[in-house]
Amino acid sequence: MLRAAWRALSSIRTQAVTQAPVLGLPGGGCAKLLSVQRDLPSRPGGLILRAARGYATQKPVQPSHEDDPLPSMLLKDYQDIPGIEKVDDVVKKILSLEMANQKEKLKIKKEQLMKKVVENPKDTGSLEARILNDIISTMFNRKFMEELFKPQELYSKKALRTVYDRLAHASIMRLNQASMDKLYDLMTMAFKYQVLLCPRPKDVLLVTFNHLDAIKGFIQDSPTILHQVDETFQQLTETYGGLSAGEFQLIRQTLLIFFQDLHIRVSIFLKDKVQNSSGRFVLPVSGPLPWGTKVPGLIRTFNHKGEEVRKAEFKHGGSYVAAPKEGSFELYGDRVLKLGTNMYSVNRPVETHMSGASENLAAQTQESIAPNPLAKEELNLLARLIGGMEIKKPSGPEPGFRLNLFTTDEEEEQAALTRPEELSYEVINIQATQDQQTNEELARIMGEFEILDQPRRSASKGDDLLAMMDEL
Amino acid sequence: MFRRERSIPLRGSAAALCNNLSVLQLPVRNLTHFGVVHGPSAQLLSAAPEGVPLAQRQLQAKEGAGVSPPLITQVHWCVLPFRVLLVLTSHRGIQMYESDGSVMVYWHALDAGDASLVQAVFARGIAASGHFICVGMWSGRVLVFDIPAKGPNIVLSEELAGHQTPVTDIATEPAQGQDCVADVVTADDSGLLCVWRSGPKFKLLTRIPGFGVPCPSVQLWQGTIAAGYGNGQVRLYEASTGTLHVQIDAHARAICALDLAPELLSAAEDTFVHIWKLSRSPEGGYIEVEHCHGECVPDTQVCGARFCDPSGSSFAVTGYDLAEILRFSSILSPVQQRKGRPNWPTCYKQRRIQSPTAHRSSPLPTRSCCQHTVSHW
Repeated sequence: MLRAAWRALSSIRTQAVTQAPVLGLPGGGCAKLLSVQRDLPSRPGGLILRAARGYATQKPVQPSHEDDPLPSMLLKDYQDIPGIEKVDDVVKKILSLEMANQKEKLKIKKEQLMKKVVENPKDTGSLEARILNDIISTMFNRKFMEELFKPQELYSKKALRTVYDRLAHASIMRLNQASMDKLYDLMTMAFKYQVLLCPRPKDVLLVTFNHLDAIKGFIQDSPTILHQVDETFQQLTETYGGLSAGEFQLIRQTLLIFFQDLHIRVSIFLKDKVQNSSGRFVLPVSGPLPWGTKVPGLIRTFNHKGEEVRKAEFKHGGSYVAAPKEGSFELYGDRVLKLGTNMYSVNRPVETHMSGASENLAAQTQESIAPNPLAKEELNLLARLIGGMEIKKPSGPEPGFRLNLFTTDEEEEQAALTRPEELSYEVINIQATQDQQTNEELARIMGEFEILDQPRRSASKGDDLLAMMDEL
Repeated sequence: MFRRERSIPLRGSAAALCNNLSVLQLPVRNLTHFGVVHGPSAQLLSAAPEGVPLAQRQLQAKEGAGVSPPLITQVHWCVLPFRVLLVLTSHRGIQMYESDGSVMVYWHALDAGDASLVQAVFARGIAASGHFICVGMWSGRVLVFDIPAKGPNIVLSEELAGHQTPVTDIATEPAQGQDCVADVVTADDSGLLCVWRSGPKFKLLTRIPGFGVPCPSVQLWQGTIAAGYGNGQVRLYEASTGTLHVQIDAHARAICALDLAPELLSAAEDTFVHIWKLSRSPEGGYIEVEHCHGECVPDTQVCGARFCDPSGSSFAVTGYDLAEILRFSSILSPVQQRKGRPNWPTCYKQRRIQSPTAHRSSPLPTRSCCQHTVSHW
C-alpha cells in the first residue's frame, strides 16, 4: 500500500513539474528545484543551488516516484479525525490530495519516509533500540557487576524480583504489576529450562556465554556497551573458568533448589513440546551426550592383571549419540549448545498460563502500543534529533513508554485481579545506600549516553532526509 | 520384571541432590521408614508394606551463623549395634537424632576456619561402621564420632585426612571379624576413593584415583566396591587391592544414587534406573555383571534410589521436583529371583534363605535390618 501511495505521489509530481509551477509556496519552489535537477540545468538560479547541493551530498539526489501517495488520500491534518471515513464522497474529494497543492503531498511523503527510516533495523534512534540500549547498559554497569561477582549466598526470590523490577524500569519503559509478573514468570521458567536440561554441569557456563553472545548482537552499534559486555565475559572466565566438575555440580544443584516447585506453563514451550501440560519439562532420552560421557550399553570385565577378558552389551532404553565436539569457552567460538540462544529468533506469540486465564499477547513491544499518540511521539523524537521541527514540549516530565503485555488495558487490570495469590510477588523497596549509589551512577551514565549518541544518530540518516532539510 | 506400585506422597518435593533417599527397614514392626531432603528441611515418613503412609515428620536444619536458612545436604539412618541414629548434614553442621527424629541427641557446628570466601562450607556423606559414625566435610576431612550404646555422650574421636576435595559419599560394611579387611570407603568430588579399616584408629589401606570425574555415590558389599561417576559410568573394584574388575557405561548423565543388596541398583539424572546381577565366576575369581532390568521414570531427574528390603525385590525412587516416592516391586517370586547365582559364599546363602525375623539370632548386625524396638511415631 505504501508503494502504491509513493507511486501515486510521484505521478502527481511529474504532473506538477510539467505544469507551470505556481510560486509563492515553498512546495512550488521545491518542484522547481527538482525540475532544475532533471530537465533544465541551464537556469541561473538552478546552478547556484546545484553547487550548494554538491557541498551537501556526494551524489545527486534522485527522488523516487514509485512511492508517492495516492491522490485519493486525505490531507495529513484530516487523516486522524474520528469518523472521517463516513463523510460524504464530495467532502472526501475536497479534502484529498487531488485538490491539494504540492506542499500537502510532500508532507505526506515526508511522514511516510520518516516512518520507513524509523523501522529500519539499522536505526539506533527508535524507541525500541533505545530501551534495549538503556537496559543492557544498566545491566552491565561496572559497579553492578562488581557487586554481583562478590562471593555471596543465593538471593531469595523476593530479592531477585526487586532487582529485576529495577532493571526493567531503568529505561523509559513502564510495566504494570500484572505485566511485570508475567515477564518475571517467563524469565524464571526459561532459565529453569536451560539449567535443568544442561547435559553436564559445566554447560551452565556455556549457557551464560550464549546469553552474552545474543546480547552483543543487540548492541552492535554501541562500542561502549560492547566493551562493558566483553569485560563481563572476562570476569566470568576468570571466576568460573577454572572450577572443577564437582564445583559446577554444586552450583547447578543450588540453582535447581531455587527453581524447585515452579511449574508455570509457558505457551512457547508447550507449542514446542518441551513442557507438558502439567508444567513439567520434558527430559529427552535421545540426542547428543554430554562431553566426556560414552554411549551407554557396554560392560567390560577385567582380570586381576588388568587385561580385558570380556565385553558384553546391554539394552539401555534410550537412543543417544556421542557429542561431536566440546563447546568453546573463548570470547568468540562455537558454543555447540543451543540452550540459552534467543528463543524468539522466529517470531511467535508468547503466553504464560495462570490457573484458568489465557491471554494472547505479542512478543514485539511495538504491537501493544496504542497507535496514535505514541507514533506521534516517535516522529517528534526523530524530528527533534534531526533538528528540524519545533516541538511543543509537554508541561510535565517526558511521558515515557509504557509496556503492556496484554491486548488491552482492561485485560491487564483483570489479570492483576485474577492472578492467584501464591504467584504474586511482594516487591520490597530496599533503600540501602549501595542502591542509591548505583542509581546515581546509572543516571549519570545514562545522561552521558544521550549527549554522546546524538551526532552519531543524525549522521546515519539517508540522503533523502537531507533533501527534505533543505526545503525547511 | 518389576512393576510400579502405589507411590507415597510427600509434603514437599525432593531437592536435586545426590543420594537423596534413605530407607530404614523394620521387618519386626512391618514398617519402612523413608527420609528425603526437600531443601532447608528434611521429611521423614513411615509406611506400611503396601505403601500406605502412616506418619510424617519434618526436620529443619539448625541455624548457625549466617543470613539465609541453611540447606540440608543429606539425611541417613545409621544402624549401630545397640541403637539406630538419624543423621542430618547441612551447610551449618551435623545433627544427630533418635531414629524417629523426635529428640536431637548431638549437634556439631562446622568450623569454616580455613575456607576461603569462595568455598562453600558443608558436611556431606554419612555412614555407620561398628560403633562409629563417619561424616564427610567440604575440606575432604572425614569426622569419626564414637557413639555410646545409650545417651547423648557422643565424642569426636578422629579426623581422617585422605581427600583434598569435598567428600561426596561414604560406604561401610560390617567387619567380617578378620584383620586387614576393608570396611569403610570414602569418595570425593575428584573421583578419588579411599579405602579404610575401621577401629580405635582408622587405617588407610588403599587409594583408587578418579582422574577429575566426581564420584557422587559409592557402595561396599562383600569386599566389592561399586562406584558411580559423573560421566555415567559404574565401576566395580576389589576393596582390599583396589583393582578394577568391571566398568559399565551405564548411563547418559551423572549417576546420583547406588545401592547394593546384593543386586546393584544404579540411578542417574538421565531418568533411568538400572538393576544389575552380580556373580563371582568360579575360575579366576572375577566378578561378572549382567543387566537385569531397566526402568525409565519419564521426565524426572532421579535424585535418590534404594532397595526397600534385603532380598532386593522392591526399590524406591525419588526425583527432583517430584512430591512423591515412587515404588517398584518385583513380579517374580523370591525363589525364581535367586536362580543363576550359584557362587556366593556360604554365609551369604544362609542369610538369604532364612526369613527376615530369623536375623535376630545372627551375631553380625546386618546392614539393612533393625533388631531393636523403635517407638512408633
